[in-house]
Amino acid sequence: MNTPVTIKEQQDRIIEDFEVFGDWMEKYEYIIQLGKDLPLIDPRYKTDENLIRGCQSKVWLHAELENGKLVFTADSDAVITKGLVGLVIQVLSNQAPKDIAEADIYFINAIGLTSHLSPTRSNGLLSMLKQIRLYAIGYQAKSLQN
Amino acid sequence: METTTQTHVIWPDVELIRNDFPILRQSVNGNPLVYLDNGATTQKPVQVIRSMQEYYTGYNSNVHRGVHTLSQKATSAYEAARQQVAAFIGAQQHEVVFTKGTTDAINLVAAGFRREYLKAGDEVIISTMEHHSNIVPWQLACEERNAKLKVIPITDHGELDMEAFESMLNPRVKIVSVAWISNTLGTINPVKDIIALAHAQGIPVLLDAAQAAPHLPLKVHDLGVDFLALSAHKVYGPTGIGILYGKESWLNKLPPYQGGGDMIKHVTFAKTTYNEPPLKFEAGTPAICEAIGFGAALAYVSQLGLHKIQAYEHQLTTYAIEQLKTIPGLRLIGEAKNRAGAISFLVGDTHPSDVGVLLDQQGIAVRTGHHCTQPLMERFNIPGTVRASLAVYNTTGEIDKLVEGVRKAVALLG
Repeated sequence: MNTPVTIKEQQDRIIEDFEVFGDWMEKYEYIIQLGKDLPLIDPRYKTDENLIRGCQSKVWLHAELENGKLVFTADSDAVITKGLVGLVIQVLSNQAPKDIAEADIYFINAIGLTSHLSPTRSNGLLSMLKQIRLYAIGYQAKSLQN
Repeated sequence: METTTQTHVIWPDVELIRNDFPILRQSVNGNPLVYLDNGATTQKPVQVIRSMQEYYTGYNSNVHRGVHTLSQKATSAYEAARQQVAAFIGAQQHEVVFTKGTTDAINLVAAGFRREYLKAGDEVIISTMEHHSNIVPWQLACEERNAKLKVIPITDHGELDMEAFESMLNPRVKIVSVAWISNTLGTINPVKDIIALAHAQGIPVLLDAAQAAPHLPLKVHDLGVDFLALSAHKVYGPTGIGILYGKESWLNKLPPYQGGGDMIKHVTFAKTTYNEPPLKFEAGTPAICEAIGFGAALAYVSQLGLHKIQAYEHQLTTYAIEQLKTIPGLRLIGEAKNRAGAISFLVGDTHPSDVGVLLDQQGIAVRTGHHCTQPLMERFNIPGTVRASLAVYNTTGEIDKLVEGVRKAVALLG
């Protein structure tokens, strides 16, 4: 199998992974495991500056430009949020700022986790997606200036 | 409804009561809905829904203005709702000001005190367990007037430190504003003692009764409280309406809150004279339909009987706490001796939002987070809690589902 590279391919791969789950418990078991397994962020980036304040759980997000690609690392104090954040990073990290800024993020709906994007859930995932897009637009503008 | 003299039986009519709440008959994520977020808002019985529908289909019209029949009918219904509220809290009709809710009512009093009574160096007393709506209005007022906001500490069990409170009282204190029941801890505060101690030094007291109104009988005149605020939607009524009760003498003294129609007697560009309370504080077209729905909700609750509701909810709360305590690693946040059915807990080191997400998957609605009491979360050094809050239509069967649901969630998160 080819290693997926584009944002679309990454999303399609996750959607495929989720198709095997029979019920919500299996699905969340997977997300929780993902949350536990991923050492997502260098502790020195777990600063207040990088904190995206959600109403319920905290999400830290750090961005760095490496060889023209935007690399994200993140963490959360809630394990389900952390798992979801892990999925978002899997899709959007290591991509060109332009591609991130223009990306259509459809996998969250496709794997039946739309409720996590609802503003009432306020778990920071929506704010995180917004922040990622802002970073991408920011770096894009910077690279155009240069 | 039949009356019963037995106090140790489970509410005999809980299934009948549930029939009055159509929203409860539904599935969420493939499971029958277990609604345990009543501290945030309660569901509405058909009696309330019907009263509001009748208003819009039968006599929608503006109040206190028209001579035509519909307007008179709407005005009568609106004022009858005020009478219903007055009877419910044991006050006189003209002491009941309709507001948008508890928050609005507290803001009304805080704005009045800011304008007329607070001076530099004065103090306002609140407590550690207050909802943000009973913190921020006072904070704003104190900041503007260079006054000090003083906070009554609480014990590890989540009870007010009454000795500390007593020592905080002094002639600089202009008002004491505290919750009757904590929305996060369920603690029922000793409001009689608070009022007696404050009044002994001539200090008025405001009670935030948002969480108390659905759970215990409120009699403001018996209490002698100066102000009391509550919201309809937490007592089985609609959102967007609540009341401020104010002693007649206070409502006469307090300056108007907002300007507009209905609150005036006579307007010229030079000077406006104001209407008598309560209309002095009700600028603009009020939430007429909501007021009528509110009246219907209180009629419903009164028919059930608050003493009976209190007895049933006490049993249910005791049962819920007993059952929750069987979950390994579960700790209650708030263990006051005198408490109501808002039950906050944490299990092991699981994050409340994770538990909430997994309960929702099982059709169980609880609240997770800081419950708009961030200073209280800081006091306990926790990110938030899971809160199950009970109402009259909840059953022991639903408590069992909650306990089972939490066990499942914790196993998954394990």
